[in-house]
Amino acid sequence: MSRFEQLIQDLGPRKFSLKGKLWMALLIVISVAGIAAYVDQLIRGQEVTNMRDYVLWGFYISNFVFFVATSFVAAIVVAVLRLTNNEWRRPFVRLAEIVAVACIIMAGITIMIDMARPDRILNLFVHARLQSPITWDVIIIPTFMAVSILLLYFPMLPDLAILRDHYRDKHPRLSKIYGIFALKWQWTKQQLRLQQKSIQIVVLLIIPLGLILESIDAYLFSTTYRVGWDSSNFAPYFISGAMVSGLGTLVALVYVVRKNKKLENYITDYHFEKIGRLLVLALMIYIYFNINEYLVPLFTSKEAESEHLNTLLVGDYAVPFWLVTIGGLVLPALLLLFKRLRKPRPMFYISLLVVLGSYWKRYLIVTPTLLHPYLPIQGVPESWRHYFPSLHEWAITGATLAMALLIITLLVRYVPVISIDRLAEEEGLEEAKHKEAAA
Amino acid sequence: MEDKSKETRRKFLDTGLKVGLATALGGAALTQFKEGFASEGDTGAKMQLMTTDGTLIEVDASQVEENLASHMERDPREGFENTKFVMVVDLAKCENALACQRSCNKHHYITGENAWLKVYNMQDNETSSPYWMPTMCQHCDKPACVTVCPVDATFKRKDGLVLIDNERCIGCRFCMAACPYSTRVFNWSEPQQQFEMNMEMVDHLHSPEYAGMPSKMGTVDKCDFCPHQTAKGELPHCVTACPNGVFYFGNKYEDTVTNGNETVRLSKLLEKNSGYRLFEDLGTEPSVYYLPPKDRITPFEDGLENYNEFESVEKPGEPVENADNPEAS
Repeated sequence: MSRFEQLIQDLGPRKFSLKGKLWMALLIVISVAGIAAYVDQLIRGQEVTNMRDYVLWGFYISNFVFFVATSFVAAIVVAVLRLTNNEWRRPFVRLAEIVAVACIIMAGITIMIDMARPDRILNLFVHARLQSPITWDVIIIPTFMAVSILLLYFPMLPDLAILRDHYRDKHPRLSKIYGIFALKWQWTKQQLRLQQKSIQIVVLLIIPLGLILESIDAYLFSTTYRVGWDSSNFAPYFISGAMVSGLGTLVALVYVVRKNKKLENYITDYHFEKIGRLLVLALMIYIYFNINEYLVPLFTSKEAESEHLNTLLVGDYAVPFWLVTIGGLVLPALLLLFKRLRKPRPMFYISLLVVLGSYWKRYLIVTPTLLHPYLPIQGVPESWRHYFPSLHEWAITGATLAMALLIITLLVRYVPVISIDRLAEEEGLEEAKHKEAAA
Repeated sequence: MEDKSKETRRKFLDTGLKVGLATALGGAALTQFKEGFASEGDTGAKMQLMTTDGTLIEVDASQVEENLASHMERDPREGFENTKFVMVVDLAKCENALACQRSCNKHHYITGENAWLKVYNMQDNETSSPYWMPTMCQHCDKPACVTVCPVDATFKRKDGLVLIDNERCIGCRFCMAACPYSTRVFNWSEPQQQFEMNMEMVDHLHSPEYAGMPSKMGTVDKCDFCPHQTAKGELPHCVTACPNGVFYFGNKYEDTVTNGNETVRLSKLLEKNSGYRLFEDLGTEPSVYYLPPKDRITPFEDGLENYNEFESVEKPGEPVENADNPEAS
């Protein structure tokens, strides 16, 4: 087998193993259960959730914030790696773009799940008011979605063409499908020039769009009169948090894909060591913003803010708060400082801690604030003074996570996770068609 | 050849536009013509009316109807002319009788578990004395809720009211998150409202000017300052229900407020009693003023027997607490 064939076999589409099939079945079951729960929510209204007039946003919104944050990974990887031309980026770029696409799609769906009247969704366009941060979201989410899909798609064209050619005889139907998406790619000079230009445009777009997306997400909270939300620190706080959840998710995914596709030769310890450093940096920056958000205000906080901070630091939410802060933030940062731990397997476990921490961090940003309105909570049932997601909320939220994983799994199944075209070119294989076209 | 085809197309467009315009104009003229006829149809019946300066005049009955019609068609997003609604809540008179809340719940068909008008058991610090504080929508002049609404479902009118169009609300609850007064209430499930007329009629009467008539699942509700009462020349339900005259309601431009028993100058009332507004420092500019609980008419403790920390809307069928309370309407 030639080296080129080897590349296609290693990186190209591969049929699901039994484990893969079971994994797909699990995701589909969770998704279907969630859809059933959502239909029930549509019929009976959001009384099926445990949200009420005080905790008026809950699990759905914190889940949404997590998806938005994680989709930022496309911007980081592009910003830090592509533009600075770091050669170790190769195994991460496409997977980062896949995560971003899956997460931004699910973010758009999740925010609609929280809307109590999805039947009136067109009002967002017909009666749009530009001063509302939700309208900004309506603009930025589809824009970011479109650009991140293009960011995944444009660099993939040569790979799709390679697969089209590869399957021409063996699997004509598959070849045809790849052919449709390959847009008649033939490595002509003109095509290459056009592709380079297009990639350059989306690469430059994704960075400001990512920053805007995360900022708007923060503005949803910081434009209200809520203690714990109306913080001018919030947009950078969200951006740094997005770096953490995005990179954490990426590391975990890269490890799983590497293990299942046996890509140890392509994604090496060297790559993990490099991205480990980037993750430490992200964690440190996020810790810095957490200090600004929760510790420094202790000195001058007004009565209402003190009460809120107390709830987080020593009160009702102290246990989850410190679990998330230490377990999901400080501990991973400390561990990753050791070179010995910046190896694939330990990094996988650390990144799981990071992702879990990032997920519940958002819950702690949304809920405790709502339990501290300016006027006391009176005249409503006792249960309204606490919040924990209902079974419906768990099922629906679980389904959104399952669907994100489903999108990722399917893309990983059918799309080369590392660019075959690029590798072939770098290794100077005779099948690489870049050179002859460029010549 | 190409030029020619372009020409024909332009010609076609031109003619088309002209024909369209002519049709529209003709239609408009016809309608006008018809209406002209209708108003000229003199019924012969005359009506006596009093002008603003007190003289009696006689006019044709058909004209009166037209005026009435234009009055009825007041744009619910525009509001009353020359009016700025204000309310004054005199905390010194509040004894937590809750007649206001019951009346509000009843007339707005509130069926949820969170009333729009709430009487808070307040104590600012350990040393200062506790007091009862009724709150309703503050109808802020800089309403945080209106700023964040993405679809203009909640809006501010020129008469100062902040209302909700629950036919437009998408149920995102951003306004509830934004309101610092926790005054907004959500219909988490299908409201179990019962009307004396049938639902179809209620839907027909539906207007942002009468909140709760009917409430809709998945939308936000709140105190509307009862413009449906004002339109009839009556006071909001809470004002008339209160046995102690806690609530004063009126027009700021006229500097007059009334609690049903006495009508007073707003400025004098605020000056004499050191009136204030809630959370002035937030800059929301509320339309509700509070008079401090000075020289209370009854001890604070008297209100405790009515106080239920966990309920503000009595459920139908539930034994009504304090049913023999003379203040209960």
